[in-house]
Order: sequence, then C-alpha cells, then structure tokens
Amino acid sequence: MSLFIAQLLNGLQFGILLFLLAAGLTLVFGIMSFINLAHGVLYMLGAYFAAAAFALTQSFLLGVIVATVGVFLVAAAADRLGLSVLHRRDHLDQVLATFGIVIFCNELVRWIWGNAPVFMDTPAALSDSLDIFGFIYPAYRLVILAAGLVVAVGLYWLIERTRIGMLIRAGASNRVMVSALGVNIGWLNVFIFALGGGLAGLAGALIGPITSVQPGMGDGVLILTLVVIVIGGIGSIRGAFLGALIVGLVDTLGRIYLPMLLRNIADPSVANAVGPALASIGVYLLMAVVLAFKPDGLFPVRRRQG
Amino acid sequence: MGVQSIQKLIEKDKVDLITGVTFSNVMMAVAKPLADANMIFIGSNAGPGPLAGPQCNQNFFFTSWQNDAQSEVMGKFAADRGYKRVYVMAPNYQAGKDFVSGFKRFYPTPLVGEVYTQLNQPDYSAEIAQMMAAKPDALYVFYPGGMGVAFVRQMRQAGALGKVPLLSTSTTDGSTLPALKETALGVLSGTFWGPDFPNPVSQKFVADFRAKYKRIPSQYAAQAYDAALLLDSALKKTGGKVDDKAALRAALRQADFKSLRGNFKFSANGFPVQDMHVFEVAKDSTGEVSLKTIATPLKAHADAYVSQCPLK
Amino acid sequence: MHRLRVPLMVLILIAFALVPVYCWWVDSVYPLTLFGRILVFALAALGLNLALGFGGMVSLGHAMYIGFGAYAVGIGSALGLESGALQILLAMLITALIAAPLGWIALRTQGIAFIMITLAFAQLFYYVFISLRMFGGDDGMTIQKLSAWGALTGNKVAIYLSLVAALVLAIWGISRTVQSRFGLVLRATMVSERRVNAVGTPSLPYRLAAYVISAELCAVAGYFLANLTSFVSPAYMAWTLSGELIVMALLGGSATVFGPVVGALALLLLEEGLKAFTDRWALILGPIIVLIVVFLRQGIWGLLSDPSEKPPGGSGGAHG
Repeated sequence: MSLFIAQLLNGLQFGILLFLLAAGLTLVFGIMSFINLAHGVLYMLGAYFAAAAFALTQSFLLGVIVATVGVFLVAAAADRLGLSVLHRRDHLDQVLATFGIVIFCNELVRWIWGNAPVFMDTPAALSDSLDIFGFIYPAYRLVILAAGLVVAVGLYWLIERTRIGMLIRAGASNRVMVSALGVNIGWLNVFIFALGGGLAGLAGALIGPITSVQPGMGDGVLILTLVVIVIGGIGSIRGAFLGALIVGLVDTLGRIYLPMLLRNIADPSVANAVGPALASIGVYLLMAVVLAFKPDGLFPVRRRQG
Repeated sequence: MGVQSIQKLIEKDKVDLITGVTFSNVMMAVAKPLADANMIFIGSNAGPGPLAGPQCNQNFFFTSWQNDAQSEVMGKFAADRGYKRVYVMAPNYQAGKDFVSGFKRFYPTPLVGEVYTQLNQPDYSAEIAQMMAAKPDALYVFYPGGMGVAFVRQMRQAGALGKVPLLSTSTTDGSTLPALKETALGVLSGTFWGPDFPNPVSQKFVADFRAKYKRIPSQYAAQAYDAALLLDSALKKTGGKVDDKAALRAALRQADFKSLRGNFKFSANGFPVQDMHVFEVAKDSTGEVSLKTIATPLKAHADAYVSQCPLK
Repeated sequence: MHRLRVPLMVLILIAFALVPVYCWWVDSVYPLTLFGRILVFALAALGLNLALGFGGMVSLGHAMYIGFGAYAVGIGSALGLESGALQILLAMLITALIAAPLGWIALRTQGIAFIMITLAFAQLFYYVFISLRMFGGDDGMTIQKLSAWGALTGNKVAIYLSLVAALVLAIWGISRTVQSRFGLVLRATMVSERRVNAVGTPSLPYRLAAYVISAELCAVAGYFLANLTSFVSPAYMAWTLSGELIVMALLGGSATVFGPVVGALALLLLEEGLKAFTDRWALILGPIIVLIVVFLRQGIWGLLSDPSEKPPGGSGGAHG
C-alpha cells in the first residue's frame, strides 16, 4: 500500500514536470492562438544554455537564470525578426513553419555542441535524497515540484490579477480595439511569446540535469506536452495544470500497474510484451476518449467569438 | 534513411565494399539489398541475431560483436558473483528484448523482476521505486545513449546507486561517460574492449586518440579502428585489388592482423570469437573518469546463433 | 499561365514513365529506386491532399495508413499469403475498417483537436507495431518474397511502371471527384460547415468519405513502398513522416490536384541534392520550409493555377 502512495507521489511529481513544460506552450497557444512546435526547441536551448553556463561557472543557479533569460531574449528576437508574421496565419501554417524551425534548430545544436549528450548535473546540495514517511525521495524532485507550483500560481496571478494580464486577455479577444485604445499590441505579443519562451527555457534548465541534454530532446516531450494541453483544455492555465496532473498520474500508474495486472491474468511473456505497449498508448487512448466526449478538453476557457 | 544511403552507394556510386551501420534496425533493413548486390560488408557496430544465424552471409564480416554477447557476459558475471535476486530493466524495443534474453541465457536463476520501459521515457522514478521495493541484490539494465544518461542520473538521485550494484550494457560507455562523469562511478558494464588494455596496439591507439581528440576513446572507436585494421590486412594480401571478390573474402576471413583486443578470429558466420570482459567506471591514473577491467567471465566466446547459420 | 498546366502535367508523367529507359541508358538501377520512392510519396501526398487541401482536414496521422499497406505485404508474405492482388485487397480492407471509425471520432473535433487526435491514433498504432516482436518489432522486417504477380514477381521495372499507372489513375480519379457534386460539397464544408448543414446537406458523411478515400490511397502507396524497399518497419508510420507529407502537399500546392505530386518531387529531389552537398542539410531545408509557408503559400504548382483557387487557410480561416 505504501508503495502505491509513493507511486502516486511519483505520478503527481511527473505531472508537475509536464506542467512546467506545458505552461509556456499554453500561454502562447491559449492566449495568442499560436501553435508553436518550436516550443520543444526552446526547451532544448534552455537546457544547453544552462549546461554551458554551468560548465563555465560551476553555479547551478546561474545556469538556471542564464537559461531563462537567454531563451526569453531568443524568443523575443525571433518574434521581432519575423515570426510575428505567423500570428495572423492559420494553424496549419504555424505548424509547418515551426516544424521547419525545429529541424533547423536541432541541426544547429548538433553542429555547435555535437551529437552526444552534454554534461549537466544537479547542484551538490540537492543531489541527495530525503527520507519522507519512510520513502527515499530525491531532493531535487522537490525543487521541481516547488518550481512548478510557483510557476502555476505566478502565471495565474499574472493573467488574472494584473493589468498586463488584463491587456493580454483583451488583446486575445480583440486586437484592433485594444490597439485603438492606445496599447502597443505588437510589443505586448512579443512579450507574451518571449515569456512563453522563457518558461520553456526554465523548464529545460531544471529538467536537463535529471534527463539527458542532447539534440532532439525537445521532440519527444513536445508531443506529450501537446497531449496535456489538449486534454486539459486549450487556453486555460488551470486546464494545463490539471491536465498535466492527470496525464502524469495516468502515465505513471499505467506504466507500473498495467503490466502487473496483466501478469496476473496472462502468461508472463505475454504480459511483458503487451504490458509496456499498452502503457505507452495509455495516454493517447485517454486523449482520444476525452476528445470524443469533450472536444474542447476538460477545462476549456469559454471561447470568445472574433 | 539507411536503406536509401545503402542503395545509393550500391547502385549509384558503385562502391566495392561497405562498412559501418550503427543501429540494429538499420542493419536488418540493409541486409537484403547488400546480400542481393553480393556486396562485401564489414560491420563495425550492430550485430543482430538473425544475421549471425539463419540470414548469415559469406560476404558479411563483423569486427564488433554479436549483440547478445555484451549482455551474455553480464549474465555470466552475475551468476559467477552468486547473485540470487536479480532485477532487469530495458526499453521496450527489439534491442532491449534481445539484450535481456542474452543476459538470461547465461544467468539461469529466475529473475525477481523484468520491466520494459517506454523508448526514450524521460522519467524513471516510478520504475526505480518499484525496483527498490523488490529488494534485489543486483540490477541489470540496457539503456543506451540518452536513456542511459537519464537513468543513471535518476538512480543516483534516488539514492539507489550505492545500495544496489548496477550491471549494465551500453549504458556507461564512451558516448555517455562524458555526460555522466562522476555520477557513474561504480557502475559495471560488459564489452570486448576497454581503454586500459595492456597490449601495445591498444595502448598506442588510446594514446594517439587522446592526443588528437582530447578524450578517452570509446569501444565504438575501437571497433571502427579494428575494422580499418582488418581491411588493411586483407588488402595487403590481395595486393590492393578488390575486383576478385572471392580472394578479398578469403583475405578478410583470415583476419591476419593485430587487433586492439588481442586475439582476433572469425567464426563460420563472420562474427568474432573473442573474450568478453566486465568493466567498472572508475578514475584512471590521470584522474579522468574511465573504464577499468575487473573480470573476464567469457573467454574465446562464440556467439549463440552460429549453429543456425548454414555456412561452414 | 494556367493553360500550360495540363500539358506540363502530362509531360511530367511521361517523364516519370520513361525513367526505366533512362536507367537502361546510364546502366544504373539507382534512378529507378529514387523515383520509385518519389512516386510512392507523391501518391500518398495526393491522397492526403484530398482530405487536407479539399476537405480542410489537417491529419498528422496519415503515415499510419502507409504503414498498413506496407505491413499487409510484410505480414502477408511472412504468413504465406503472397499474392499481390490479395495483399492490396487486404490492405485496403483493413484501412477502411480502421479509418472509418477513427475518422468518425476525429471529425467530432475541429482545429488543433483534430490534428492532435489524428496524431494520437498514429502514435497508438506506431507503438502497437513496435511491440509486435514476431513481425520484427521496431527493427522491422525484411521481406524475402515480394508480392506475387506470376512471372513479374519482384521485377523492379514492373513494380515501378504499375506504380506510375496507379498514380495516373489516382490523379484522374481525384480530379473527377473534386469536380463532382461530392467534391463541391466537400469543398463547401471547408469554407463553412455550418452553412452546408444549414442548407440540409449533412457534412459528416462527405468528410468521412473523403478521409477514408485519402487513407486508402496512402495504403496503396505503402504497398508499393514495401515492394520497392523489400522492407517494412514502424518507422513508416512515424508522425514526422505525416508531417513531411503535409509539407509536400503544401509545397506543391494544396489547392490543386497535381500539386502534391510536384511537391513530393521537389522536396525529395531537394533533400537528395542537399544531402550530396552537405551533412548539415537540415540547416538549409528548415528555413526553406519556413520561407515557403510564409511567401509561397499557394505552392509551386499553385503558381500556375487559377487565382480563384485558394488554398485552405492562409489568413484567419477557422472552419465553423
């Protein structure tokens, strides 16, 4: 039973990790209606910037800061330099153009840093594990948990409670009117896009040390992130947060308990073959089921017309 | 993609001989075009089972290993060490399953756990927790490349690395150690060659490599180097001529060269008969993180599929 | 300008058919292999575009149907079912059985949700085939005995020419379909589904039919792919391949019938040329894709077309 609680915690923690990744994407997608497949690439850049800064200064904190600010600036520059053309195009165009950017950036990273994984480690102080109710829990995961929660609360507060947030929501509803009221909508959009990028960079810097920093690292997580957003409901931070938790739980518990269940009812060799496959497709099945009944996701923002 | 490149080399560039192929799935895909073209091939990495068995070909020579050998040696090691409760993990794809069956071939005691994780899964904390709960005396894993880096890091962070001996294949090698460094100290792995081998060919290779590339060569570099040495020896015998395929084939089969790994001999199916060793990640005399030979459980080991090969 | 279209198209198709002659002339099988692959993807992109360009359905999962076609050959051959005709029939039957319910579920959603759900289903089957160890799993399966067609079994030229024939047939078929009443309704649903329903025509059957037909064409393409490469693997179903098909359709011109064929030709020749030039070809291909999306939205073939034909989307364009 206590192992089950530990796995539950693992599932929730994985969900928060997914939220960190999804936060930036849902901001850009939900509010600006811009599908940015290059979000995975921004995440990758964050991890590489952090690794480079860490290699130079041996300071993890500096690495995280460099990554967040660095990717923020890269995203802002990209937007100002032309990506903004895509804001007014439809989703298909955005998917394709950002797809082109993804293959370009993956190759660029490969060129600069090489194909092999790059070294990055968690700070020494956080590399141990803590004993929580008899479970060994890595301290660093708690950092990720805390970061995810801070980002969730911070974003919510920013969007719902500040003036900038109000302008962002208004701009998403009706660009022209906001512009007519004297607000510089162009810079506002650049800010949102850059913020989304910064969040991706932060995620890359925080998650890099526990996985592998290598070219193409963003591609796999990108799909999972898109799944989270679609399940949670496009446009809402709350949807992204809850969607991430659900996906995290379903995926983790599925991976552990499905094969176990199968072993009880079928031959071990069958269970070993089918179990992991079922667990892999579990999240996709969940998404298909959710979309079949609630095409707008579980917690969608009420779409305004226009 | 691999099939296209091979088809291009065979049909457009009309090459005489091809070497290489990193991944087993690509190797399987290109086997037929190579065989159809009667192309001489020197494999320097992937050595999938079917090509050692029923699909063996007189034109194929491998200077690396048959895939299973690297896990077989760890299985033998586990049996030799007397581990009773062994837990096994690998990614859920063909290579993962092959390596686990290789391990089991030489480790007869029933496993306490056999878990297959998703390919390129980012987070192993749930599986690590499950493994720790099973209280095994040793853990064997196959996690190549990025998966290896992620897994070892997460094991260290979960505090599991010190508690459960970690036996592995392709998880801590020249391609992942630069990313892991001290995190991987103490992890054991199995393969045919390590940078601390005493024979003069190997020593020179390591020294030259370090001078030029400023890092310790991986086994993958060693395999490719041996492929080049093999080819060189064969060409010396045929006087540099490649038109007579039969003569080139015979010269390759003789394998009359001084290999990095000591003795080198081919089996009837074109795969090497060689010693397999176990290595531990440790700091070498210069303080760099490297691999240290600690045992040689399999000597003059032929692969498990040679009996299925019709060639004699 | 668009009066040149039909003659130009015929010229291109004749050139495709003459590739075996060129091969004989330069004494190399390579052009056959290269153009065979181009035609396979041309057929698949053509099929996809019926749903994408004329129905407004952005499917990131069509590569899955290519996989079905290829596996029908592979699994059939492994299980002793070697007849080429039976394999094609089997591929098309299975595709219909799967595309119909899948399409029905997906068409309940719109926009990004549709894209994601088609992606999800493709990933699902991708993982299923990876776990099928007896058929090679992710290593894939070499096909020792190609589809049996009597004396022509395994004859690469025959396979290639029948592929050309299939492509010509498909072009003719889609062209007729687009101009028929069915096509009219389909294209109308792309502009506004609500209005189509308002005049009393249910939009779902038309869109679903277009989806299934496009899937069938991909399956046929998959059958040819397996025969040309003597190999099948789950990589044929990767979502990145679906993405490439969409790029091909757009590059050529998604508002036209022949556009996707041109797109496949252009993209694959471009890749081929770039690869010969540098290992870092993605550095050049990526920006090219971006530039095309931004500046050449109507596609290469689209440049030759009627200005009244507009590609789906472009600016704004949510289908309500």
